[in-house]
Amino acid sequence: MSSTTEYIIHHLTFDNVYFNGMSNSKFWTLHLDTFCMSLALGFIFLLIFSLVAKRARVENPNKLQLFIELILELVSSQVKDIYHGESKIIGPLSLTIFCWIFLMNLMDMLPVDLANWIFLHSTFIHEKHWRLVPSADVNTTFAMSISVFILIIIFSLKSKGFLGWIKELFSTPFGIKMAPFNLILQVIELLAKPLSLSLRLFGNMYAGELVFILIALLPWHVQWLLGGPWVIFHILIITLQAYLFMVLTIVYLSLAKESH
Amino acid sequence: MEINATLLGEIITFAILVLFTLKFVWPPLNKMLEERAEKIASGLAAAEKGKLELQNAENRILEELNHAQVRVTEIIKNAERRADDIILSAKNKALKESEKIITESKLQIEQEYMRAKEHLRTQVAGLVIQGAQQILKVEVDVKRHEAILADIITKI
Repeated sequence: MSSTTEYIIHHLTFDNVYFNGMSNSKFWTLHLDTFCMSLALGFIFLLIFSLVAKRARVENPNKLQLFIELILELVSSQVKDIYHGESKIIGPLSLTIFCWIFLMNLMDMLPVDLANWIFLHSTFIHEKHWRLVPSADVNTTFAMSISVFILIIIFSLKSKGFLGWIKELFSTPFGIKMAPFNLILQVIELLAKPLSLSLRLFGNMYAGELVFILIALLPWHVQWLLGGPWVIFHILIITLQAYLFMVLTIVYLSLAKESH
Repeated sequence: MEINATLLGEIITFAILVLFTLKFVWPPLNKMLEERAEKIASGLAAAEKGKLELQNAENRILEELNHAQVRVTEIIKNAERRADDIILSAKNKALKESEKIITESKLQIEQEYMRAKEHLRTQVAGLVIQGAQQILKVEVDVKRHEAILADIITKI
């Protein structure tokens, strides 16, 4: 039983790297696995998309370009439907969110023991722990939701001005007479947005990963029985979560722009 | 749930990704899509224009055809009328000619007849005189019996 627990804990431990002279500080630690995986996936996304964008042809597009256009149309149609008005950043932001999260979630499709197997057989990399799914790290999801949170505030300030935004914080939804109550409600609402965004994604991916680890603990001849359906189901989940994060970001930003 | 410096790293990564997309991915792709939409729209408009022109040309052809048909019937009618006229005038001319020929031949026949009659008369007169000479056994003096002879000749 202890080996089972060890196995699970081993698979849920990040590859921690401590900054120079900060080895006793809890904050100044880097999850090297999360950071490297997300960076690599982000660059894969940028590489593919910028190459396609550079060679984009109006006529006779190849299959890759058509696929990229499909994704672009999906994102830009959502942006056009939800966000009314002109914004230079919201389209690229949504596209980046969708593709990056999707790619990070996709890492859940890799076998849970792949990293350990590679380290066991590799001659030059010898990390003890390596988690493959960056979006199952709360740091990644919070990084994105905090960025979105900052953008929400920037969008509010841009469309209402500083005083207008402050006024809105105190006067809606119950009028200026209930100012403190309004403020509490508004702050909760504001803080709930990034929290719900990041925790939803993190929770889904973490749970998915955990289920895969548990399936990996089963005897090999019954693993397919649970692993197969769960992988198929998870294809849906990872796409849905990426899509949801994107759509909610657009919704929050459009709410921030419009006055209540 | 350990929040640490990874958060900062991820924020920086995210910002870089978004900025790169904003600068190098979104604008060219969108521009291309817009260009394509424009091209499709102009192509459709051109097709519509072509269709309209074709319709116009077909209408014109039909009009021209009708016009030609009308002219053809007119020409045919004229020709028929002309032919009728020609036939009629030819008939009249022929009729006149034939009448003329007939009168002329009648005249000629009459003349011929008169000449023959005259000829016969003189011959008969000769014969009568010869007969009379033989009967009388004398020569008839033509000068003396000229009046009688002339009377006989007219009676024949």
